[in-house]
Amino acid sequence: MANVCTYGRFTHAIVRGVPTSFGRGGEDRAEEGAEPAAATVDLAKAQRQFGVLTGALRQKVGLQLIEIPPDPELPDSWRVEDVAVIQGDTALITRPFRLQRRAEAEAVRRVVSELSLTVVEMGAEEGGDSGGATLEGSDVLFTGREFFVGISDHTNYRGAEVLADTFRDFAVSTVPVCGGARLKNICSMGGPDTIVISNSDGAKKTLRMMEQLTDHRYEVLAVPEDAAANCIYVRGANQRDFLLHRPAEECPESMEVGPRNERTLQ
Amino acid sequence: MTTEVGSETEVKEKAEETATQPDQPEKATEDNQEVANSENATAEGGEEEVEVVVEEEEDKKEKDGKGISRFLPPWLKKQKSQGQVVANETSPTNKVISEATEEEEAPAPAPETNGHIEEVEEKEEVQSEEVKQKEAESTSNASADTQPATEEKVTESTAQSPGEAKSATEDVKEEEQQQQQKKNEVEGKSIEPAATGDGKGTADEGLSSIFQSPLRLVRRNKMKLVVCHVALLDGTDFPCEVEKRAKGQFLFFKVYEHLNLMERDYFGLTYKDSHEQRCWLDPTKDIKRQIRSNNWQFSFNVKFYPPDPSLLTEDITRYLLCLQLREDVASGRLPCSFVTHALLGSYTLQAEHGDYEPDQPQPLDYITKQSFAPNQNKEMEEKILELHKSHRGMNPAQADTQFLENAKKLSMYGVDLHRAKDSEGVDIMLGVCANGLLVYKDKLRINRFAWPKILKISYKRNNYYIKIRPGESEQFESTVGFKLPNHRSAKRLWKVCVENHSFFRLNSPEVPPKARFLTLGSKFRYSGRTQTQTRLASSLIDRPAPNFERTSSKRISRSLDGAPVINITEAGSENGHEPHLELHSDSKDHDKTQEDVLRHQASISQLKRSFMEAPPPSPPQPNQWEKRFSSSPAATLRAQHHPPEQPAASVPTEVSAADNNSFPDTKEPGKTAQVEIEETHVIQEVSKETKPATVTVTVSPSPDAPEGVALQPEVREQEVVVVVEEASDTATRARQESVSSESESDEEAEYQPNLPSPISHTLIPEEKEEEVEEVEREEQGEQEKGVEPAPITKETAPHPIEASQSAQDVERENGAEEEKGETDDSTEDPMMTPDEVPNGHALPEEEAPGMAALAEEEEAKVNGESPMADSEPRPQVICCSEPPVVKTEMVTISDTFAAQKTHITTKEVPIVHTETKTITYEAAQLDNNGEGDPGVLMTAQTITSESLCTTTTTHITKTLKGGLSETRIEKRIVITGDSDIDHDQALAQAIKEAKEQHPDMSVTRVVVHKETELAEEDE
Repeated sequence: MANVCTYGRFTHAIVRGVPTSFGRGGEDRAEEGAEPAAATVDLAKAQRQFGVLTGALRQKVGLQLIEIPPDPELPDSWRVEDVAVIQGDTALITRPFRLQRRAEAEAVRRVVSELSLTVVEMGAEEGGDSGGATLEGSDVLFTGREFFVGISDHTNYRGAEVLADTFRDFAVSTVPVCGGARLKNICSMGGPDTIVISNSDGAKKTLRMMEQLTDHRYEVLAVPEDAAANCIYVRGANQRDFLLHRPAEECPESMEVGPRNERTLQ
Repeated sequence: MTTEVGSETEVKEKAEETATQPDQPEKATEDNQEVANSENATAEGGEEEVEVVVEEEEDKKEKDGKGISRFLPPWLKKQKSQGQVVANETSPTNKVISEATEEEEAPAPAPETNGHIEEVEEKEEVQSEEVKQKEAESTSNASADTQPATEEKVTESTAQSPGEAKSATEDVKEEEQQQQQKKNEVEGKSIEPAATGDGKGTADEGLSSIFQSPLRLVRRNKMKLVVCHVALLDGTDFPCEVEKRAKGQFLFFKVYEHLNLMERDYFGLTYKDSHEQRCWLDPTKDIKRQIRSNNWQFSFNVKFYPPDPSLLTEDITRYLLCLQLREDVASGRLPCSFVTHALLGSYTLQAEHGDYEPDQPQPLDYITKQSFAPNQNKEMEEKILELHKSHRGMNPAQADTQFLENAKKLSMYGVDLHRAKDSEGVDIMLGVCANGLLVYKDKLRINRFAWPKILKISYKRNNYYIKIRPGESEQFESTVGFKLPNHRSAKRLWKVCVENHSFFRLNSPEVPPKARFLTLGSKFRYSGRTQTQTRLASSLIDRPAPNFERTSSKRISRSLDGAPVINITEAGSENGHEPHLELHSDSKDHDKTQEDVLRHQASISQLKRSFMEAPPPSPPQPNQWEKRFSSSPAATLRAQHHPPEQPAASVPTEVSAADNNSFPDTKEPGKTAQVEIEETHVIQEVSKETKPATVTVTVSPSPDAPEGVALQPEVREQEVVVVVEEASDTATRARQESVSSESESDEEAEYQPNLPSPISHTLIPEEKEEEVEEVEREEQGEQEKGVEPAPITKETAPHPIEASQSAQDVERENGAEEEKGETDDSTEDPMMTPDEVPNGHALPEEEAPGMAALAEEEEAKVNGESPMADSEPRPQVICCSEPPVVKTEMVTISDTFAAQKTHITTKEVPIVHTETKTITYEAAQLDNNGEGDPGVLMTAQTITSESLCTTTTTHITKTLKGGLSETRIEKRIVITGDSDIDHDQALAQAIKEAKEQHPDMSVTRVVVHKETELAEEDE
């Protein structure tokens, strides 16, 4: 139905493989502070991790996995979450900030159409750019009750407006993204009404803003490392809940904080 | 327009008069007698009403001097001089008299005898036929400025109430019957059912007669009836007659009655002001003064969208809410997605048409006729149908419930948007809702101020300000300003905020603007019941589910007419008939049957009676109304005038309380009264304290507390405390002001929500507390402690009513008392039992007359407060011989009044240093409380307010018992004084305050503790 009762029920997962051009897109180098930019990108490791992720999604969580083959022309295409925001039966195809990335949407658009979702194109209005709207899915946090859109280098107010116009049932609030390049880098949903967020000062600032803007109360799980704040909560079909998060090696300190019965990914 | 009509009619009158004069002298005398008789006979309605009228007029006069001119449109003002000339002849007082006499004299042949206003006017009119306009203006001026009577006349003529019209026709045909007619008219004024009946018979007569009627009307200055048209949510128009001077409540009441609606507080009436802006009709004020035009068109709308519609008691309420939401959705005011549109639409179909019938010929037919969304298309209609099929078997009430369950989740549900600009001139929207104030830029929420975060709301000219409570890391509160298009819109926003805050966050409506804080400007306050109160009240509703039709046929037909958007308001305006026209055609056209009219009039008379006299015990609704009124400023005034009212009102409530007690006996009315007495007590703990902790601990049952007597002081006071104090000082002034201020200065006003307001989370808890209190009372009342509150559940329901009534009463009284110095026990609320009254001794607290009202933060630390001596309500006054000494910071806000805008910051809260030893008197036992609430303590909040030497702490406890929630409020008042404290006085005052503050709650127990370090003095 139109309104999501509880957060975390997913039927499908759309992923896209890591292309051989991985790391050449410019996104990582510019932004990913956690991963030493200087270090050469480990393609093999990335592909390995991708394999672990898809395996977990498919076998452990039991989602129907739709895997879009990688495209070497699009080095950042594995960030499939950026190009579409899907809630209910509506998919908003976004308009990434970088021109090079906009072609990534094509494959995703096809997929969501096949899923018979209502497809809304950002940029369909106002001469094709919706007033200069840009938005990337990694700046969008859907809590099950409302959207938070992080205003960042990649996402602007206009983009958030388009999103608000697309998902009218929900409140859409904008928050500044502090302490990270993307909103999802510093926070994500760790359960129904639970926000996992980095403990950094910037993240706290963002969290305060979210708390100010919301009508709901969320549990907040603060984790010491940014990397630990990026996880995926999935409510399984059989009443089992999954929290996909990074391996313990990447965020050792956060492991103690985390919930117990989660699945480890990657 | 009015004026013109008036002049014409009057002229005609004169002609008629002269014609009939010869015959009439005798009759005239007869008339007089008859009139007199009739008045006597109709005692209930007629006489009292007459009195009322006089009062009103007097009021008017008072105000007139200052205020009325303000309301006059500029062109009227210019002509003021003319009006005055006319008016000069008759002084205001004369007018009143003249009015009275006029009725009787009118029939008399010689106009000269009438002298006074009428003569003048008539003469002028005669002369001025040619100069009609001029005259018209002059008359209007006169009426506006100085002559209420004339004003009414003019308006009457224009409005031409059906009853009058009828009488007029009669005159024409039968001179002999004139007398009777007059009677009728008189009665009509009083709104007696009988009168209406008579009128009706003649009503059908030709329109021509109508012109003649004005004569009569002019003479009968008093009640002029106007036909209001109220656009209802189902798209129908509800015409009803309202006395021209009636307050908004009259109309409200009639509409509610027509709708058979009991959960009324979520609804309101709107009208369009002269700038085409929708405004809420204030029930406490004259309708005429609000609409300021002759467009008596209103629409019935949801004013406060209940956050959880499933908590509404009756299906009919949900149905009306559904209608409103359907309109909101269809008009785009409540945006939602395609799917949601379809889903809501499908529930609408299910509710209105029942199960999907595949055989139905062209099912799409009726769908397309109905409007579900602003951009409705074929695809959506198909989706709606598809979903409709899935609802098979759902009954209308269920479908409505589902509709609401989905609608309430929409992010814009219940958000009232206002255009504004932020400090940088950027266009934004301000949304007022149950939780606070939302700031939108385009469709994005960019900020939000929850009610608890807002310290003060104010507006000045077209600027709107909110003062924000400092965050954890911040030191100072900040003020955020917005610019609205004009001062009217700023004021409207401000009012909406005040009302929403009061409704959703307060336990009981705030005491009108006695507060010194709100110095300037509007004294406007929300006068209705709060959500808490209305929930309690509706839990008491005990009637079979009313039958009502859910047909959407009207809406459909409307949309067929080409009005795609179902907007009630628009519909109303579309009609835009002029009032008089409506009178003739509409009153008959609307298939208003005689019975209807009778019923309406009867209801009116009932209403009036209830106003004038003690509230009728039988109909629950009127009582509730009264409660509402009582809480309103107007009510307060009234209360002062008519103290007796209160007691009556209280009685019903008591009954409910009795039920709560679970004692069978109590249920009986007679018993209830007794119960009330017991309940009345407010728990005050006056003590010096060193530490708050002590206080809690110390509280123990006092032996003294006799059964009924001991009540727990718990009152919802969180907010109240501060207010009360302030009120006491300013109470008098405030009232005066409120009276005069009704005019409301548009320029600016302030409102400090936090002070009075309880905490948001506590809302529920508070209710629970009430129940608890009741329980406690019961226990105490009967067995002091032994009885357990098992009956709590029962209590909860009945309770609310009592509490609210009593509380209101208390408030009124309190205000008065406080002013006086709290001494009058006798004045105590009617609700209060005699016992209580005695209690009201002058308390030392009063000493702090100038009490600086401190607005403390809710969380204000409780400075060591200790409960004082228990006062069982009356019997035992525990005097603390030893006055505790406390050094206090005094905050004086005396200037605020004049200063208008003094803001008292939380930070300013005075700090009390207690030096003294604590002597504890334990009169009452906290144990009782414990026994009383089996439930779990959900929340506790403490608010501290301090006056010079008084610290008040309030604890609110939520208890869940079974399915019932109880709210108990414990108020602790710590009085620290350097001099002797009169405990009795303090107790009395505390009780009063508590009642004032928590009109809807009842006092269960009063415990007085005296604390000194020397525990020796325990009672």
